Amino acid sequence: MSAAQTPKPTWTGRVRDAAVEALPPEKLLPDGQPTYVASWIYIFGVASIAALVVIIGSGTILALKGPAWWHYTGIGHFFNSIHLWAVELFFFAMVVHLWGKYWMAAWRGGRTRVWITGAVTFLVAVPTALTGYVSQQNFDAQWISTQAKDGLNSVGVGAFFNVTNFGQMYSYHVFLLPLAVVGLVAAHVLLVRRHGVVPPFELDRTALATRLPQDGGPPPAAPDDGDPPPGPTGVTS
Amino acid sequence: MITVLAAVFNLNHPAHVVEWHFIQLSVANLIVIALMLVVFAMAIALPFPGARARATARRTGGDPK
Repeated sequence: MSAAQTPKPTWTGRVRDAAVEALPPEKLLPDGQPTYVASWIYIFGVASIAALVVIIGSGTILALKGPAWWHYTGIGHFFNSIHLWAVELFFFAMVVHLWGKYWMAAWRGGRTRVWITGAVTFLVAVPTALTGYVSQQNFDAQWISTQAKDGLNSVGVGAFFNVTNFGQMYSYHVFLLPLAVVGLVAAHVLLVRRHGVVPPFELDRTALATRLPQDGGPPPAAPDDGDPPPGPTGVTS
Repeated sequence: MITVLAAVFNLNHPAHVVEWHFIQLSVANLIVIALMLVVFAMAIALPFPGARARATARRTGGDPK
């Protein structure tokens, strides 16, 4: 064992070694990605994060000004609308990204935790949004909270969450659940960096070779000269 | 501007809903779901700008950028 690999005597040193081993700088901040990452599906993943940034920013302003601010000021209404539409875009982009990754079987190649953190982010984002809707302090919130109360009671968890309690729901909405969503997204991105983006399925070259001439397409390429599923070395900026 | 939008989207009525057995969805939510399906299909079908050129450049040993 070299000197560099000798376990450090302090826990901070050991944590640093473990972090650098898990995510060396070239993996954490790569300057290239495999060619198959050039796909619209990943645009929607990035769009989800961009929307989340806007959600956190506008939500921070709303939290600083208090839950009634948006009711009686124009600027408050503006930031509330920014917050709402950023949430709509967040879910829209996240669902498209999730569908794409499901059909790509993105859990292949030891990427189970990448898939699970992404899917759980969606599941945690749902109550995060719900607690926001019931924190509006208007008739809409009253209607949604009473409907949610019946729904939660019907599945037997009503004793743990009182959706008609504004203080409890507001605490969930502005602190606990956003913390969970941001933590999950951060873990998801770091796991993607560590394991890399899942490569596409390999083509069935036998089936391809028999199909292409019938379709009038170009003859199939030799196995060693074609366009193989790009590996980690086929990088592009 | 708000008046113009209000003329286009009259929200001064109960939401339109679609009911099928126990499933009840607002038309607005159905439109969003349909849009997501359309955008998902487009994300799969449409080529990503520059992807083909970069792949070709990589195969031929050219500059992939």
